[in-house]
Amino acid sequence: MKPSVPLTPPTNAETPTPQQRERATTIFERSVAGRRAGTLPPLDVPERPLDELIPRELLRDRQPELPEVSEPEIVRHYNRLSRRNFDLDTGPYPLGSCTMKHNPRLNERVAALPGHARLHPAQDPRRAQGALELMWRLERALAEICGLEHVSLQPSAGSHGELAGLLLTRAYHEDQGERRTRVLTPDTAHGTNPASVTMAGYEVVKVATDERGGVDLEDLRAKLDERVACLMLTNPNTLGVFDERIAEITQLVRDAGGTLYYDGANLNAIMGHTRPGDMGFDIVHVNLHKSFSQPHGGGGPGAGPIAVSDRIEPFLPVPRLVRSEDADGAAPRFDFDHERPKSIGRLRGFAGNFGVFVRSYAYIRSLGGDGLAEASETAVLNANYLLARMKQGSAGRFLPVAFDRLCMHEFVLSGAPARRELGVKTLDVAKRLLDFGFHPPTIYFPLLVDEALMVEPTETETKEGLDALADAFEQILAEAERDSEIARSAPYTTPVRRLDEAKASRRPVVRQPL
Amino acid sequence: MTRYTSATDADLEAMLGAIGVGAVDDLFAEIPADLRLGRALDLPAGLSETECFDHLASLAERNADADAELCFLGAGIYDHYVPAIVDAITQRSEFLTPYTPYQPEVSQGGLQVMFEFQTAISELTALPVSNASLYEGPSSVASAAYLAIGATGRTRLVVSRGLHPHSRETLRTYARGFSAEVVEVGLEGGLTDVAELRDALDSEAAAVFVENPNFLGAVEDLRALASAATEAGALTVASVDPLTLGVLRPPGDCGVEIAVGEGQQLGGRLDFGGPSFGFFCATENHLRRMPGRIAGETVDLDGRRGFVLALQTREQHIRRERATHNICTSQALNALGGIVYLAWLGKRGIVELGELLARRMAYARQRLAEIDGVELLHEAPAVREFAVRLDAPVPAVLDRVAEEGIAAGYWLGREYPEYDDGLLIALTERRSKADIDRLADALARAIAETAAVDGLLPDSGKKPSMAGEVGA
Repeated sequence: MKPSVPLTPPTNAETPTPQQRERATTIFERSVAGRRAGTLPPLDVPERPLDELIPRELLRDRQPELPEVSEPEIVRHYNRLSRRNFDLDTGPYPLGSCTMKHNPRLNERVAALPGHARLHPAQDPRRAQGALELMWRLERALAEICGLEHVSLQPSAGSHGELAGLLLTRAYHEDQGERRTRVLTPDTAHGTNPASVTMAGYEVVKVATDERGGVDLEDLRAKLDERVACLMLTNPNTLGVFDERIAEITQLVRDAGGTLYYDGANLNAIMGHTRPGDMGFDIVHVNLHKSFSQPHGGGGPGAGPIAVSDRIEPFLPVPRLVRSEDADGAAPRFDFDHERPKSIGRLRGFAGNFGVFVRSYAYIRSLGGDGLAEASETAVLNANYLLARMKQGSAGRFLPVAFDRLCMHEFVLSGAPARRELGVKTLDVAKRLLDFGFHPPTIYFPLLVDEALMVEPTETETKEGLDALADAFEQILAEAERDSEIARSAPYTTPVRRLDEAKASRRPVVRQPL
Repeated sequence: MTRYTSATDADLEAMLGAIGVGAVDDLFAEIPADLRLGRALDLPAGLSETECFDHLASLAERNADADAELCFLGAGIYDHYVPAIVDAITQRSEFLTPYTPYQPEVSQGGLQVMFEFQTAISELTALPVSNASLYEGPSSVASAAYLAIGATGRTRLVVSRGLHPHSRETLRTYARGFSAEVVEVGLEGGLTDVAELRDALDSEAAAVFVENPNFLGAVEDLRALASAATEAGALTVASVDPLTLGVLRPPGDCGVEIAVGEGQQLGGRLDFGGPSFGFFCATENHLRRMPGRIAGETVDLDGRRGFVLALQTREQHIRRERATHNICTSQALNALGGIVYLAWLGKRGIVELGELLARRMAYARQRLAEIDGVELLHEAPAVREFAVRLDAPVPAVLDRVAEEGIAAGYWLGREYPEYDDGLLIALTERRSKADIDRLADALARAIAETAAVDGLLPDSGKKPSMAGEVGA
């Protein structure tokens, strides 16, 4: 079985697919008065009039217009909707910076065990020891992977971890009697970095990128002063390249009194090979929904635990998980500690996205230390192999790599020649890929690469899958050399064709009138 | 190779050959030698699927879950029944495994789900615009503060003590980044003290934060609270329990500009507190300051109806440091569970559920108040949760009833020193009259026994040891 050259999908929209002929219908439009799905247990207490229990003026006058639909109709509706999605279980999803690796079903099964899924967060910790031990073990594993001793699992996603890291930085400096106002981020940073900086009350100062794709040291030196609170960095960065001068960079910032924040979005490149803590970072967030296989769910849930250095530890969010061991050799006990006077406080309710912790812990235990290291090796191997393929033929000519060196787990191409010479933009190439059954790479990011395509195949794709993806690119470009209109009007086979996004923002319709 | 990777020796050779290096390790050459780990990670060896399952199952067994106990715990997370179709639909690969819908042509399923979710939440809250989810309840409250500060140019946050303690703590954490001041307003008879609120409001107040029903389960007069805020030129942010909105006057009908809240009640598992989802609704004038993803309706090239991420210029990936919020990954799958649940419950079900809860609540309050050593902590109206005072040390009583397999409720002394004798009891449709009777009988016995033991102790005023208790 070798799907080398993909079959050519339709090159025009003349024959709509069955899905395209179906008008999108919402669950509200399927509503028919009098129908219902769920029923409730019967009333087993006296039936007192509601306004006897709650004053009339506090009660609702008009019922909310929720749908009235039977159970079979609900199931059909959402199953049909699901078929209007592309998903990782169906095909390759080489979305750069998103680490779309396989989501093992085992992890879903263990997360659904009643002892996990049916555990109330306010349960007395003495009767939730299994959950606390799982969290403890996950903390220890992340500490080892990151090379930083202290972990809080509380942040709900990467951006939440970033906000936590910046509030930790603020607390750390205030504790030193300092008031710093600026945070440095490279111009290649994920958008969440500068957004988090503003939310944490700091001013963003951009650091330039040098000709090899790393931090421009001269620019960094020029911008480092006593106003700088922190440098936020991703390494490998969003260009997929490892900044080999990272130790010098972190030392410079440390000497200037700043903290070092590591955006862990790209951790999948380096697990078991190098560690942010060893590079000199103080604070790392880990995206459990990237490197540690939590399914992305169409935009969450995720979790963004943070690992920190000794100097940051006193400020970690509460509650902290603590382990105590009796001298008599009894099993260790786990508990939550709320009494941390220097803590920045809570970031959310209860102890975090526990269901995500279960899945990621199962993943870490499935692979073990060697397996995680191998996952990173294969991710880097797959990316470099795909890059080697993309350097050949039309792809190499029209979509050249932005920084020609070894990449880590992802790489960035520039579609500038394709636009210039073929009149086909990166957007067009991406849309045409949809007709070939691939999810496109991340496009138009990072911003400093013209017509960027950011490709991250991950370790769970096969060589055949990578070959098929490279072949599809090749075919799209060959097609565009003959007739650029094909790509410009793509896609043709998807449930809908290109959508008018400007209209949706100019006159937004964000709910259905009922 | 691991069971999730597939590069055979032959693949490896071919791939390294194409790349032009001799070994995989050469691909890591750009990492300086002194930064290479140079050893294996100090983690246990990998496990087969059966071993891994057994290990996780053995951890799970050491938790007393809501199937093993009769659960009256609430405090923001509730043991409602999760319909089978919620699991079936949310476990479909097509919903479980895609990324955020950046390519709308192949994400119509997820985008339409967001649109339907927004419609349902907007309908429940009676506010015209909703986003497609935030992380969870308390951080959604803090996100509303960010909007309020931006919208009003003011930096004072006036917070009811009836707001969930986790929300108040989260708000304080975030407020340090916003350079905002947080001022707390007390409770009177279980309800936000309106007179104290008026005193706390001045020309620097950006917003008033209240919860409905509040943390003690009391139904607030949202109109009175919002009107006090409006008179001072401040916004009102109400954190609401969506499952009570079938019966309670919705925030949009009370002059509230922003409604947020926890969505776990809507088809979410307990999951030891997460993942669930938060929601965020507002009046139309705040649409362009809203945090998070918002789906909007549009048409494709051929005029077909479709959905896209609307107003993306608010968001971090476009607007960067000027974004309305930093959120990227949110809780899309949990929000899907929410809309499926609301469709399942339906127009009549959401009203019937509210009525059922309120009637059982009335019964439970009456039944418990009859017990010697129990009195109601407040007389304010309630829907699904209520607070009582015990004439015995609450943690000791909780321990006693736990021996009978009952999680009787949430000890208010964890967060409210003034209610050290307070117990917060939550109901769902799963807690029948018989369950309430069982709770009442167990509490009566436990209070009698605990009080008796307590009376024998020389230092009877002293609370028993709270080793291992949260928040002690």
